[in-house]
Amino acid sequence: MLIHRHFTGTHYSPWAEMERMQRQINRIFGEIDAQGFGGYPHVNVAESGESLIVNAELPGVNSESLDISVKGDQLQIKGSRAEDKDKAGHRYHLRERKSGDFSRTLRLPYRVNAEKVEAVFKNGILEITLPRADEDRPRKIAISGRLN
Amino acid sequence: MAGNDKEIQKNNGNTASQEHADERRRFLTPDTDIFEDGDNIYLVADMPGVDKKSVDIAVEKNILTIKGYVEPTAHDGHKVTFREYGSSDYRRSFRLSDDIDNDKIEASMENGVLRVLLPKSGPARIRKIPVLTG
Repeated sequence: MLIHRHFTGTHYSPWAEMERMQRQINRIFGEIDAQGFGGYPHVNVAESGESLIVNAELPGVNSESLDISVKGDQLQIKGSRAEDKDKAGHRYHLRERKSGDFSRTLRLPYRVNAEKVEAVFKNGILEITLPRADEDRPRKIAISGRLN
Repeated sequence: MAGNDKEIQKNNGNTASQEHADERRRFLTPDTDIFEDGDNIYLVADMPGVDKKSVDIAVEKNILTIKGYVEPTAHDGHKVTFREYGSSDYRRSFRLSDDIDNDKIEASMENGVLRVLLPKSGPARIRKIPVLTG
């Protein structure tokens, strides 16, 4: 489980203070709340009033190992990245790539329609498109009468 | 930089304009593993977003340079509201020991991971390495 620590980041991080501030800012403005800012995988989020597009960097991850789930306004990305087979006699000069299990949950700015979520995996980038839930769309209220 | 095979050959040709463009650009440094056994040195680099047609590998003297060009992604009508990673091109250079057989270097690219196999022995000289496709 030594490997797993890369993802959970239990060691000292000089960015910890910035991450804490980022989380606070996210809370204040009610925007994306990515638990563990800078966790794994790294994500970018683009939004319109109608849908969200979440991109995650997952190089070398087998798409079959990916487990994407949506519930209300929560998106969870789980999976594992296999380690290169360590053959006997291999001597490492540089070891920067991480491997092991990962799990990340994002709180989205609005509820999404889980039935219509689509995911595409290409060149190590996962792209998830999440349409806004109908019940969460802003509704225009027609004025049908007047108060007496 | 993505395109047909002809364009890739041109990239590999290291034209003056390409070099000039590279000077002004900001590159990301890919996370890399390097390991060796008795026969080969292996290099594995994470370059998410790079297609196998957009990789450029060159060995000059004993410096191995890998580059990967990322297709810009545009999401019509969407505004980026949260960003943890930048989508820049990748570049990194490595000094190799002299005993690499440049004629037998192989490279492959899958799921955003570049793998380069560098067989030991042989004199070092300038050579461009095509990325295997298929």
